[in-house]
Amino acid sequence: MRVSLSWLRDFAPIEHDPADVATALDDLGLVVEAMERLGEDFAGVVVARVLETRPHPNADKLQLVEVDAGGDERVQVVCGAFNFGPGDLVPLAPVGARLPELEITRRQIRGEWSNGMLCSGAELHISDDHAGILVLPGDVEPGVPLAEALGVQADVVFDLDVSPNRPDALSVAGVARDVAAKLGVPFAVPDYEVPGAGGSTDALVKVRSRDLCPRFTAIVVADVEVRPSPGWLATRLTTAGMRPINNVVDVSNYVMLELGHPNHPYDLDRLAGGGLLVRRGRAGGETVVTLDDVSRSVGSDDCLICDAEGTPVGIGGILGGAASEIADTTARVLLETAYFDRMAIARTSKRLGLRTEASARFERGVDPEGIERAVARFCSLLAAEGATVAGALTDVRARRRATKPVRVRTARVNAVLGTALTTDEIKGYLDPIGFAARPVGRSALNVAIPTWRPDSDSEIDVIEEVARHHGYSRVDRSMPPVNRVGALTAYQRDRRRVRDVLAGAGVWEAWTTTFLAPDDLARAGLPADAVEVANPLVAEESVLRTSLLPGLLKAIVYNASHQNGGVHLFEIGHVFRAGAADAERPDEYELLAVALAGGDAAAAKRVWDVLADALRLEPLSVTGAELAGLHPTRTGRIEGLGAIGEVDPGVLAAYGVEERVGWFEVDLERLLAASRQPETYNPVSRFPSADIDLAFVVDHAVPAGAVEQTLRDAGGELLVELRLFDVFRGPQLGDGRRSLAYRLRLNALDRTLTDDEVAEARRRCIDAVESAHRAQLRA
Amino acid sequence: MEASELQQIYDDAVFRALEARTLGELRVVESETLGKRSPLSALHQRLGSLAPDERRDAGRTLNETRARIEGIFARRLGELEVEERRRQLNDERLDLTEVLRGPERGHLHLVTQTRDALEDVFVGMGFGVAEGPEVETDWYNFEALNIPPAHPARSLWDTLYLKWGEPESTLLRTHTSPVQIRVMQSQGPPIYSVMPGRCYRQETSDARHLAVFHQIEGLVVDHGITFGHLAGTIEAFTNAYFGAKIHSRLRPSYYPFTEPSADFEVGCIFCDGAGCRVCSHTGWIELGGCGMVHPNVFGAVGIDAEEWTGFAFGFGIDRLAMIRHDFDDLRYLLTNDVRFLRQF
Repeated sequence: MRVSLSWLRDFAPIEHDPADVATALDDLGLVVEAMERLGEDFAGVVVARVLETRPHPNADKLQLVEVDAGGDERVQVVCGAFNFGPGDLVPLAPVGARLPELEITRRQIRGEWSNGMLCSGAELHISDDHAGILVLPGDVEPGVPLAEALGVQADVVFDLDVSPNRPDALSVAGVARDVAAKLGVPFAVPDYEVPGAGGSTDALVKVRSRDLCPRFTAIVVADVEVRPSPGWLATRLTTAGMRPINNVVDVSNYVMLELGHPNHPYDLDRLAGGGLLVRRGRAGGETVVTLDDVSRSVGSDDCLICDAEGTPVGIGGILGGAASEIADTTARVLLETAYFDRMAIARTSKRLGLRTEASARFERGVDPEGIERAVARFCSLLAAEGATVAGALTDVRARRRATKPVRVRTARVNAVLGTALTTDEIKGYLDPIGFAARPVGRSALNVAIPTWRPDSDSEIDVIEEVARHHGYSRVDRSMPPVNRVGALTAYQRDRRRVRDVLAGAGVWEAWTTTFLAPDDLARAGLPADAVEVANPLVAEESVLRTSLLPGLLKAIVYNASHQNGGVHLFEIGHVFRAGAADAERPDEYELLAVALAGGDAAAAKRVWDVLADALRLEPLSVTGAELAGLHPTRTGRIEGLGAIGEVDPGVLAAYGVEERVGWFEVDLERLLAASRQPETYNPVSRFPSADIDLAFVVDHAVPAGAVEQTLRDAGGELLVELRLFDVFRGPQLGDGRRSLAYRLRLNALDRTLTDDEVAEARRRCIDAVESAHRAQLRA
Repeated sequence: MEASELQQIYDDAVFRALEARTLGELRVVESETLGKRSPLSALHQRLGSLAPDERRDAGRTLNETRARIEGIFARRLGELEVEERRRQLNDERLDLTEVLRGPERGHLHLVTQTRDALEDVFVGMGFGVAEGPEVETDWYNFEALNIPPAHPARSLWDTLYLKWGEPESTLLRTHTSPVQIRVMQSQGPPIYSVMPGRCYRQETSDARHLAVFHQIEGLVVDHGITFGHLAGTIEAFTNAYFGAKIHSRLRPSYYPFTEPSADFEVGCIFCDGAGCRVCSHTGWIELGGCGMVHPNVFGAVGIDAEEWTGFAFGFGIDRLAMIRHDFDDLRYLLTNDVRFLRQF
């Protein structure tokens, strides 16, 4: 909402420095996104009359223009636009003038002297029009400063960001009311008179959908002469960001901007039946062609404005139709000023994807009691253009709902805000903004909520008004009486530990998007149990991830394409899988995945081992398995937690990854809930230990993990450490056989082991492995 | 026993000790000069054949000579040890700048680092950290937060719905506020919690907006909680996170789930409020929204709004990281370009 200081002053004598006004607006929550100072942009620019134009001798796209700029001599300028002719009034920036983007000097253009520049609206920052020179309406003496000719006094425009709960602040008057109260100056809306409302042409109106349109008024204005608006009015609209069209449309828009009440003028003589019918759209649907020449489909939830014969001429509260819009020939105007149901407008606007100045106001809620004033303002402005009011206001309204005053307890105000305001002070904040407060006893007020604040209907709403006008910054700050120890949960602490350990192990943390393209899962060899987004922005982001694999593969590809191969990544994130169809929500898990580009399954296993060790997990079995998306012969299942190994070469090819990718993915909640080794102390022996090395030749089919388990069982209590330290394959071992070499450390808590004891333990281990795994001890 | 014989032994020892170039050589010389088979030892053995008087004198002379020779060797040993050490150290010389780099350490993602730092500030203030699902029902994401169906305020959140259950019944949470509802349901007041997590909006990602983003919210519900406590908490957080000289301010705003509502801003960390590019020359950076918990929200979870009051606040983790580290495009956060990640 763009509001100029001069317009605000129509309602309140604000003589403050504009910067202070901006601060007051900010403090009210009418946030000033930008503050523009007008009139400074075209210092030195004057009005000039075009006397003569002739071709530039050396350039087709330029012409020479001689103008009368009020001085004794004609001024020659070179100009690149051709949208004007002799007699037109145009803005001239003479030599020495400063435009927003440049300073004008005398210069030669393709051999001809240019003593200044004719300006477009865009160059002057008063419109977006770059195409041609701004041709000025009306009759002004050449030489008059442009600011004066446009009626632009030095002015300041505040571009306000108005929150959805403040329909009143979508009007100049509403902003003025709020800021006047804050600045402590009086505020008043003038009483506009409906001039000469004596005729007898009352508007014909029928309303069949009073639930959607609780109040509908119409009035006929005759003797209308459609023409450009007077300069001051056009300037105000332009300043507010609206394009002037003609006096009728402009006045309509002006009233909306000033008083916040959207309204719609029809050409009465083009309305079939000479009146309006308000009804719902047909249940089977019907089509309305709106002002923007778009054919829109509406239904029975939508409120239509129709001519007296029932043909739609607009969508109520949102956009008018093309059929009855104001034309140059319009002589009689029927003005609609209505109040539509907020929710109905919001629904229709959302469904049609159509948001207009009108719908924005109606869905936030306009003032149903402000209609008379808006109508009077419209009529008085058009009367100044020579029109006359032809009849009385036709007013069709549903029964008015009585609003009860809101009880506001002084103690409650102070309890919520942490202030020590008196009842009188609270009243003092409320009265100036139209929240009429009547004391009830000494410690409460009955507050009548003004009709322009539909957002406000409870005590807490009124407390917010008190807070705004008291000033948020004037509330004393203190710390809440927190009486507890803050802490992360065990899960959160462990999750941080997982991250730190992985980072320490050289793995980088990634955060990938939750969304996948529809074919990402198939390319990754994963099952299609994903949940789809109903309204995705793009198809590439229409499926929720079921695994962190596709996202991490894409991150690997991205980095490889930037000459960074071999990236080691991990991610902790939520994935989603379609679980039971009748569940309230799909299944959601927090997963941990590690992807080691350029690393193989063994590298993944080493990272896993570090992590498992850091978490003090009890040993978990890793069993070879064929799992979706993973390398069929290099993958295993981590008991109860997830999968580990390498990504399937086919999947890598589908994603364009040119390296091996070591991989594991586990359910983080299960990982952190897995059994841990006890935290209690394990006695350390004072006696020396004995190390023995044993190498066994076993079939490939025998997992080393199984041999290890056999050794542990056989070694018993004496075996305190066991480590596989070499794996060897060679022709001398025989086909399909390999050697696994283990180092065993034997130790007892209470003695030094004798040679016999060590020999016996060694024998036990050898026998166990040889008999269990068809193994041979290597000499 | 001739004095000249002893002198000869002594001179020989001195000469050979100086001649020895290594500790090994010196040890050989030492053994040959002082060992059991050395001439000196031979002289010792001959002492027994001398008359007692002679033996005493000769013995003393012999011991003195032995002591002098031992002194020579000890000195020479010291010299050679120093030399040996010098030689050894010189051989081990290593240019520390020629060392090949080992595997690079991993990095925690900037979102994680920022989130952890924020959590730590609030934990230090006595808060717990609560989490919840990213897929939510309409009730948790909107209705319980005083945003009824078709309420115009819903236009504040462009929502991604899922093909799950009734149309528009299941969605990707647009804020972490549903976790506030879940916390109030599950534990009841008093509550001092922050809720970090991933959120979603149906909007095209650009330099300043992400469709997938991260947020942290806070919720306090207790007896006697006021707007002043809210402002004090925001200020304490600002001082703790940005530094003691950075302050905060609140401005009225609108959120359906709080009233009074506010946006909060912090003094620009780059210009200390003087005005610069980062703060659009205002001296302030808008961080997030906050306010007193709306009585209707308490109503939705069955907390008596007359007995308990509370406040809530929230802001974007990604945006905070962008401000703090002065980068210009939020999309870096989901690209996982190692050239970006490496910097943090």
